Amino acid sequence: MTTRAWLLMLPLLAVMIAVIGWPLADTVGLSFTDAKLVGSSGNFVGIDNYVKTLTSSNFQRTLTTTTIFAVVSVFAEMVLGVLAALLLNQQFYGRTVLRGLMILPWALPTVVNATLWRLIYNPEYGALNAALTQTGLLDAYRSWLGEPGTALAALIVADCWKNFPLVALIALAALQAVPRDITAASLVDGAGPFARFRFVILPYLAGPLVVALVLRTIEAFKVFDIIWVMTRGGPANSTRTLSILVYQEAFSFQRAGSGASLALIVTLLVAVLAAAYAVLVRRTAGSNA
Amino acid sequence: MERQSFVFSIFIHACALLLAAVILAPLLWLFIMSISPAADLTAKPLVWWPQSIDFSRYGVLLSSVENSAGAAFVASLVNSILVAGMATIAALALAIPAAWAVSRTPSIGWSLYMVIATYMLPPVALAVPLYFGLAHLGLLNSVFGLALVYLTILAPFTTWLMKSGFDAIPREIEAAAMMDGAGLFATLRIITLPLAAPVMATSALFAFLLAWDEFFYALLFTSDLRAKTLTVAIADLAGGRVSDYGLIATAGVLAALPPVVIGLVMQRALISGLTSGGVKG
Repeated sequence: MTTRAWLLMLPLLAVMIAVIGWPLADTVGLSFTDAKLVGSSGNFVGIDNYVKTLTSSNFQRTLTTTTIFAVVSVFAEMVLGVLAALLLNQQFYGRTVLRGLMILPWALPTVVNATLWRLIYNPEYGALNAALTQTGLLDAYRSWLGEPGTALAALIVADCWKNFPLVALIALAALQAVPRDITAASLVDGAGPFARFRFVILPYLAGPLVVALVLRTIEAFKVFDIIWVMTRGGPANSTRTLSILVYQEAFSFQRAGSGASLALIVTLLVAVLAAAYAVLVRRTAGSNA
Repeated sequence: MERQSFVFSIFIHACALLLAAVILAPLLWLFIMSISPAADLTAKPLVWWPQSIDFSRYGVLLSSVENSAGAAFVASLVNSILVAGMATIAALALAIPAAWAVSRTPSIGWSLYMVIATYMLPPVALAVPLYFGLAHLGLLNSVFGLALVYLTILAPFTTWLMKSGFDAIPREIEAAAMMDGAGLFATLRIITLPLAAPVMATSALFAFLLAWDEFFYALLFTSDLRAKTLTVAIADLAGGRVSDYGLIATAGVLAALPPVVIGLVMQRALISGLTSGGVKG
């Protein structure tokens, strides 16, 4: 039995070792050298790359930017997602249609979403500038993605728009699993809307939401596509996240060795996040059992 | 359902309208840009609804005249279909036997968890060696090379979905078929795979959408029309010196169309796939 199972696993494992295991091991090896992307295969330099990376102000600033992006966008997506799910669980005309529309932002390719928002934020002809000036909320057109003060916030809005509907759909599915008689009983017992949400509904939401939180946080921490298309990390590196920094180091500046060390630091940070969340997931599951 | 007060009902409908506007406004604007004359899009004050509707950009992008913007777009469209299609088929071919094996032999489940854990890896952690490896094999700027690299994302994901699908099929049915004298592969072919068809379809759709959406590896490993995918072509357009914003919007609409149609038609299956994975975690 076990031998047969291993044989069936073999093709998958072989390919995974070839396209993930070996490259990862190779990245570890590279991270201890000063290899260039083209030409020099590099000399062993010990932990120099790691020391340089961890002490560089570029890395520290990028880590801060990434953390702000991840925390703010994931928090906003969770809050908006749960609010939208609570709404979609009420009775109103067109409910089925609206539930159907929620899939659209999720289905829109990330690069198309980034392009769309880049057009909306356009400093000269963008719809946001036009809408805000035509309604009198803004005096003159602004360069939303061109000013360090607004670029990151503009990116976070674009990212939230694409991702909160998915959280809403996950939360809605969980809400629909709340037994009717329990909510009815809580009404009879005189629970107000907030008490009902906190003690009757939230326990059903907690499990799926924690999983969504884990996956979204990991993705937000690795974010590359939306930022590359909208700002390439600019202006003045104000939206540069860790993945963008690795790309620049390894491919723009062709420093494969130090890029590898940076990539592994990012990997380690994501792994620590995931491990912390694994504990959280287990605890939520435990409290619900 | 308890009876709602009138005021509460008004409030709910207002919120619903607001949510619908938030979701639809950006999407509608993308479409309107694609059918507005270029002059309307650069007018001040901005013209929100085109005076004359202009579908010509769709023709421009889908034309196959040599060396035109259309030829480049069509080439990237074909590349996206090829890469996503090949990667999806390969991922399922690897995932189905592995997922079934793990589902029926839980003692080897840890190997699957190792595969799934690779989901956490940022692509940047693999990019440099994959670049060297593809260069060594002559697979840089090739749809085959890119499809191979996409297995890093698609294979763990489809295996995970397929495993929960097989878990839902009682092994007693398989045992009964074997007792009737069917061999292992006959049992799988006649009993298990037909029962798993819906989850196979869902997995295939997810895999295809993931590959269609991918940008980072495509940006790194492709350089011209031979392998450039849609996502890279659109990013080029958005970042380049195209003066007609409507053309960029049109490319966006066309690239979004397949996943949006799949999303709308398959909504129920997609959401149950997302949430079942989510709930079981």
